[in-house]
Amino acid sequence: MKDFIIPTKDMDMGTPASKSTEMVTLTIDGFDVTVPEGTSVMRASAEAGIKVPKLCATDSVEAFGSCRLCVVEIEGRRGTPASCTTPVAPGMVVKTQSSQVKKIRKGVMELYISDHPLDCLTCAANGDCELQDMAGMVGLRDVRYEAPANGGFVNHFEARDTAGDVNPQFIPKDDSNPYFTYDPSKCIVCSRCVRACEEVQGTFALTIEGSGFNSRVSAGAGGDDFLSSDCVSCGACVQACPTATLQEKSVIELGTPDKSVITTCAYCGVGCSFKAELNGDELVRMVPYKHGEANRGHSCVKGRFAYGYANHSDRILNPMIRDKITDPWREVSWEEAISYTATRLRDLQDKHGVKSIGGITSSRCTNEETYLVQKLIRSTFGNNNTDTCARVCHSPTGYGLKTTFGTSAGTQNFDSVEETDVVIIIGANPTDGHPVFASRLKKRLRAGAKLIVIDPRRTNIVKSAHIEAQHHLPLLPGTNVAVLSSIAHVIVTEGLMDEEFIRTRCDWDEFAHYAEFISDPRHAPEATALLTGVDAQELRAAAKLFATGGNGSIYYGLGVTEHSQGSTTVMAIANLAMMTGNLGKNGVGVNPLRGQNNVQGACDMGSFPHELPGYRHVSDDATRDVFEAIWGTKIDPEPGLRIPNMLDAAVDGTFKGLYCQGEDILQSDPDTKHVQAGLAAMECVIVHDLFLNETANYAHVFLPGSTFLEKDGTFTNAERRINRVRKVMAPKNGYADWEITMMLANAMGSGWTYTHPSQIMDEIASTTPGFANVNYEMLETRGSVQWPCNDDKPDGSPIMHIDGFARGKGQFIITEYVATDEKTGPRFPLLLTTGRILSQYNVGAQTRRTENTVWHEEDLLEIHPHDAEVRGIQDGQFVRLASRAGETSLRATITDRVSPGVVYTTFHHPDTQANVITTDYSDWATNCPEYKVTAVQVALSNGPSDWQEDYNAQAEQSRRILPAAE
Amino acid sequence: MSHEKLVRMANQIATFFESQPDADKAGRVAEHLKEFWEPRMLEQLADHLSSGEDGLSPLATEGSKRVLGLTA
Repeated sequence: MKDFIIPTKDMDMGTPASKSTEMVTLTIDGFDVTVPEGTSVMRASAEAGIKVPKLCATDSVEAFGSCRLCVVEIEGRRGTPASCTTPVAPGMVVKTQSSQVKKIRKGVMELYISDHPLDCLTCAANGDCELQDMAGMVGLRDVRYEAPANGGFVNHFEARDTAGDVNPQFIPKDDSNPYFTYDPSKCIVCSRCVRACEEVQGTFALTIEGSGFNSRVSAGAGGDDFLSSDCVSCGACVQACPTATLQEKSVIELGTPDKSVITTCAYCGVGCSFKAELNGDELVRMVPYKHGEANRGHSCVKGRFAYGYANHSDRILNPMIRDKITDPWREVSWEEAISYTATRLRDLQDKHGVKSIGGITSSRCTNEETYLVQKLIRSTFGNNNTDTCARVCHSPTGYGLKTTFGTSAGTQNFDSVEETDVVIIIGANPTDGHPVFASRLKKRLRAGAKLIVIDPRRTNIVKSAHIEAQHHLPLLPGTNVAVLSSIAHVIVTEGLMDEEFIRTRCDWDEFAHYAEFISDPRHAPEATALLTGVDAQELRAAAKLFATGGNGSIYYGLGVTEHSQGSTTVMAIANLAMMTGNLGKNGVGVNPLRGQNNVQGACDMGSFPHELPGYRHVSDDATRDVFEAIWGTKIDPEPGLRIPNMLDAAVDGTFKGLYCQGEDILQSDPDTKHVQAGLAAMECVIVHDLFLNETANYAHVFLPGSTFLEKDGTFTNAERRINRVRKVMAPKNGYADWEITMMLANAMGSGWTYTHPSQIMDEIASTTPGFANVNYEMLETRGSVQWPCNDDKPDGSPIMHIDGFARGKGQFIITEYVATDEKTGPRFPLLLTTGRILSQYNVGAQTRRTENTVWHEEDLLEIHPHDAEVRGIQDGQFVRLASRAGETSLRATITDRVSPGVVYTTFHHPDTQANVITTDYSDWATNCPEYKVTAVQVALSNGPSDWQEDYNAQAEQSRRILPAAE
Repeated sequence: MSHEKLVRMANQIATFFESQPDADKAGRVAEHLKEFWEPRMLEQLADHLSSGEDGLSPLATEGSKRVLGLTA
């Protein structure tokens, strides 16, 4: 198996590819070249393998035509046009080398170099500098321009002029950003960074200040540095910079990398492809891979820079065990840890029954690892007590989309957004949660697509540079179904539905019944306004826009699923897409934005207690037969316990042991006190993770995990894309996670013999129809593939339900609004809703151990000025946040992003433990917790609550580690 | 699991299927319980029913009885 892939097609083509289907043939340096219409002469040359010298052009941004280095001669045209800004024409005859253009290029380079320091040998970009390359390519041998000996004329790179006077043009290096530096003395003002910030990222944090010789790149307004500006540290500018002006600090420290391995980011569900660039086995930097089909060469601050946790001193590298959770940890050998665990689990089963233990698969681990954990539980433990964190995030997506369409997955690829005309974003905050997708969406919005945001908060996407949502419907948390039903009501009663689509793709009688239901005046926006807080006229306008504005797409997140009506809301979204005919083509669809890198994969791999891999119910004899034949063990035909049920059963005394891989349920699951009680009631909790997370405070066995850099495997992102994860270094803990699961299975008598994850994928493919044609060899050639990928769809399925739904006809579901039981009242008059911010990821176990903390070092409570004033709360003060489940303290930040009556916080920090507030209410169909609606009260406080102090004291006690025995 | 929680969950399921057009709503409730509830939860539901059925909505009661084989 070939583990290392050196990118071959990585050449910078100079300008972006044209999407035209009309082809144009021209001649460049005597060679015929055929390219799509609209291609630049520069790109056409590159396609023919002819590199035209360039500085201001790069293929991630539109041509700019400022450096004049790429000039060429074109027969019949006057002068020397810039090849980057000149489109090809049929029959055009181009000469990229002539005495005239060579002279011009040399002159241009001479001028550039005259204002550039000649410290190449000690420069961080040495060997990776386009200015250096171009000086070489044009044959620059001499710079005639020199500063006058007695001062006066100055350059940009020396602090003092030749007379010793301060050089007013010199600006010192800005190293405020934790991950990269801005050194103006090396800037050639090519504007690539400014254009990348605008075109690729869409933040518009950078600008060119001044003009002529005084033009300088500047972040934010006067007085701002990179850190205080709007910069979101996505790295697009650093990537675009041709010199050492914007440079990763890691390269400055470690040197230029010489090896590159393509792999997949382990943060959110966008699943960006990266090049891990190394020297030996030392990771120097992560660079977004431009042929990655999810991210198309873009990245965010997490994937690009926040990988330092892999080397953090908190990382545990040796297995540890203890008899009681009040004991300190004892480091032991892998053999001892595994045999201790196996014995304890088997003892529990002997004493309390086969079903007294279970496990949680990780949505952060690979498909292969997840598959093995559910196999361990089903085959080795002999029960179906397997679940995954998708339970608490997207389980309603699985239920809702399977019911309506027949497949538990989003319908599109991310490229689809480029063709969309109207976008609904509901219950998602893509600029923070799925930043690379957000950048792609913003690009489309700047090009004219319309935006409707349905969210209690005014999220960043509602209004930002050059983007403003046509409609923001700030609904009261918990009223999603009412709002979506009102939108459907408007579409149906005004006759705006796509009858043709409904008649051909859905059951017309079923729709007629649905139409009768939804047309009832109780669903009219005027009728629901009091309930939802959404202006009826605004809602009507939004509904009409979605139904009539062209390709309509819906993107949603956990603000949809994490409600007592989460599954109903997903089905309401599916109804909307079907009634407007927005399925089965580019630019449309229902798109769940998955929280973690492999949530989709974890669901696909049979992590849920009722489903075997491929979403087939455990009660289905034929499916069980398939697995029983390969595994050689019987599979229980009854569904197992879901995570919340496991905790309940633990408190009841019937569930005693849990193997928890790569998930921190104590911090991430709702109603912390209940989770604590459940964990404390178990007799053997095994935490398999990188760090002693919060759950580990209640664990008896700690098995150190490996990072995504240390193992082979695959992740499946939100668009069903199966992407390779490649091992770039040996696991610091000794084993990849799939090996550790296998050791445990074998210690319990299973006799597994996998030697590489590719064999696990082969087993998946042989048992799961949607993965039938997937194997590592194919992924090596194709890069990635979207399931289903089988004999029917050998190239995978970028867009689903093209000719028909997976279930046959699409099913309209009646979506009656049912208010949650979680209601405000005199004791708890405010509604708390929760979410994420850009720089931190989920429970923060990884990002809190990186320099991302510079942007967010604690969870804050957002409260409206009105609610703050009546409580006497000022910005930055400690407040007590209480619900019927518990209370905690954190600092308040006063903002009108939230409506009066609504407060908001993040759950990234264990010191806050926002989930001590959230309750045990859950989605009716899937038990997905209702994180997004909790009735709370907020009052001034002096500091941490008693509960927080007790919690921290217990955590500190629990994390003690005895020195290893000699 | 507390019976209160169990009853709330069963009622939530019944409330959804109450709104659906199916002729056999109790059948749908029973099917959902069978598909997603672990046997221990169904046992607890049986305990609850035998203790007097307090709190379950009529459809939840009917669906529960159906899944537990207490009615046809």
